[in-house]
Amino acid sequence: MQISGSKKLQNSESTGWLMAFPATAIIGLFIIVPFLLGFYFAFTNQRFISPNPTEYVGTSNFHQLLDLGVLTLEPERDAATQEIKKDASGAAAYPTVRSLTRNNSEMPYYDGMREWFSWHSGDNIKVVVARDVVFMKAIVNTFLFVLITAPLQGGLALLLAMMINQKLPGINIFRTIYFMPVVVSIVVVSLLWRFIYSGDNGLLNAILGFFTFGTFKPVDWLGNSATALPSIIAMSIWQAVGFHMVIWLSGLQTIPVSLYEAADIEGATGWQKFRFVTWPGLRNTAILVLVVITMQAFTLFSQIAVMTQGGPVDATQTIVFQAVQHGYAKQDIATGSAISVILFIIVITISLIQRYLTREKLT
Amino acid sequence: MKKLIFGGAMLASLLASTAAFAATDLTMWYHGAGNDVEKKIVNTIIDDFNKSQADFAVKLEQFPQAAYNDSVTAAAVAGKLPDILDVDGPVMPGWAWAGYMAPLTVDPAAYAKFLPGPIGTYNGKVYSVGLWDAAVAMVARKSVLDANGIRIPTIEKPWTGEEFDAALAKLQASGKFEYPLDLGMAWKGEWYPYAFSPFLQSFGGDIVNRDGYKTADGSLNGPAAVKFGAWWQHLFKDKLAPGTSQSPADRDNGFAAGKYAISWNGNWAALGALKAHDDVIFLPAPDFGKGPKIGAASWQFGVSATGKHQDGANKFIQFALQDKYLTAFSDGIGLIAPTPESAAASINYKKGGPMEAYFGLSKAQALLRPVYPGYSVAAKVFEKALADISNGSEVQPTLDAAADEITKDIAKNKNYTK
Repeated sequence: MQISGSKKLQNSESTGWLMAFPATAIIGLFIIVPFLLGFYFAFTNQRFISPNPTEYVGTSNFHQLLDLGVLTLEPERDAATQEIKKDASGAAAYPTVRSLTRNNSEMPYYDGMREWFSWHSGDNIKVVVARDVVFMKAIVNTFLFVLITAPLQGGLALLLAMMINQKLPGINIFRTIYFMPVVVSIVVVSLLWRFIYSGDNGLLNAILGFFTFGTFKPVDWLGNSATALPSIIAMSIWQAVGFHMVIWLSGLQTIPVSLYEAADIEGATGWQKFRFVTWPGLRNTAILVLVVITMQAFTLFSQIAVMTQGGPVDATQTIVFQAVQHGYAKQDIATGSAISVILFIIVITISLIQRYLTREKLT
Repeated sequence: MKKLIFGGAMLASLLASTAAFAATDLTMWYHGAGNDVEKKIVNTIIDDFNKSQADFAVKLEQFPQAAYNDSVTAAAVAGKLPDILDVDGPVMPGWAWAGYMAPLTVDPAAYAKFLPGPIGTYNGKVYSVGLWDAAVAMVARKSVLDANGIRIPTIEKPWTGEEFDAALAKLQASGKFEYPLDLGMAWKGEWYPYAFSPFLQSFGGDIVNRDGYKTADGSLNGPAAVKFGAWWQHLFKDKLAPGTSQSPADRDNGFAAGKYAISWNGNWAALGALKAHDDVIFLPAPDFGKGPKIGAASWQFGVSATGKHQDGANKFIQFALQDKYLTAFSDGIGLIAPTPESAAASINYKKGGPMEAYFGLSKAQALLRPVYPGYSVAAKVFEKALADISNGSEVQPTLDAAADEITKDIAKNKNYTK
């Protein structure tokens, strides 16, 4: 009787669905529905607080964020001779970008656009203008962050993993120390590093001053647009390196010791052992670490929110920080969603490229 | 006999329950969770109100300030707003526009004597009234100003822009301070529009054109605003004030520690300054051409539009506007008592009291932040523009971009009309 009862339970399809229901419902409600809503909101004018009904606005949110243009500024010429007017120092005078992009009915597309960057081309100046310069800077900063963080963090983590993958007394202490920053909340870590980077009495300035016998001039690390992003990159690499170290370590420990013994018998050098035994054995781990670091780096937010708020002068703006600024602080859910959609497209494209490049090649 | 006792008990319990039923419960939300002094004062008002009449019983629910606005928004979406709301002055128009709040029906005589700051008016109707106001002043030491030969400004004759700049230059030249002026750049967020937009307004600009609230073009990027921007940038370029990377600790203790000569700070920090030095004076804002200005409005009480017992909520707010409660808040947390009587009865703002100057400042110089539902957006845009300019961003394009963003937001929301 009991046996047939449990059999009935095993065969019943509805029971299976019932058991899967809690997890399915939670994932659906908190992951799939918000994800789809994000796509929907990106094409509307949804606001955080508003008595107005939500309206479909097409792709205007994306235009607002991504529109670019190139302006050519010609130097002012003498009306008669067509020669370029020059001032006392020999510099030519150019019209301002503002005079072309503000209240200029001849070029409606450029209305309200701002200079992103420019270069000289002969006598003219070419100016790339963007409708949302801050967002453009955010994209550039985010890519810079990913491009520097991914190889450095991955490489450093591998180095640490190989160093602690030895049977030495007390090695667990080092493992714990390296892993500690991962366990501490990123907000707390960011706050602490704000003190370390502080311009007047920060720890970093004090140490550098001490080792250079006071010749080092204190730098306001986070208040200077040249050092702000590198400072955040350094701190972020330090913070998460322990996590990836553990993943590398698990990969290292799956490599059979017999392979190293065989290599020793063959008389392989240390480098050859790494190149031909360790690295091929870490192939899948490497893909995982690379993909995880890339995706984490693209969502850079907490460090920025705590340490710089995107400043000074947009030197540390990032895509996710902009999404939160628009969607939450400025109550413009629609633009925030549009930024999230753009980020989703960027990340999925890069992940697919990574998948393709690291695919199993059939020989 | 048994029956009689039973019947009596029935009758008694029936009476008791009708008495309980007669008092309708009103919920009230307050932003000050974690502050025992505030809680005590609010509870005193509630207890007194509940005892004073039998129709309504107010119940208090407290939230931490950082989560308060989100909780109200979430409750509004879920249709569960409390009867009585507590709202930050500049946020009120947004909530009124969104339909969270109803205009007050409190007798206007109850707040006739109030300073203008604590009265929240939107579209010609009063939506909220505060039991206090806050004010900002330049905190300085008399001995320092005297030693450097700097005239002490008064409300009648504040510093002009040139005098202010000359004073800062003198203080810098004295070599005794890290920076002559502390603006509080470490306090990100609402402090920027609250404390710094009055400078812009004194120059003749504004965050948004208040005539109809349809555009910021010309107000935030016009000639007056650009003049302000250039002055603002020079404060940081010439090392007269610490910039955005100022540490919060320096902001809190810098004046007391003698790092800064003048601190642009709110009345809530005044008691600390008075403790640090024995010759602290509070100076009015400088006049850059269009009169000296400081920001006004703090947290205020209002009635939710969806509450079923708005009459009771209004009764409670009217009850809370008594002078004794205004004085209690002022004494308890150092805020400005908003009527002459309550100020006279308070410890800090009475005649000869240590912070008396603030009452006069609030009365003479206070200007509300732009009263329109898009203010919270404009405030963020303005904050970023000021931070960027202080960090060396070119003034005109930065203000252009800020003005455009504010104007676009207004258009996107159909001029914030319903």
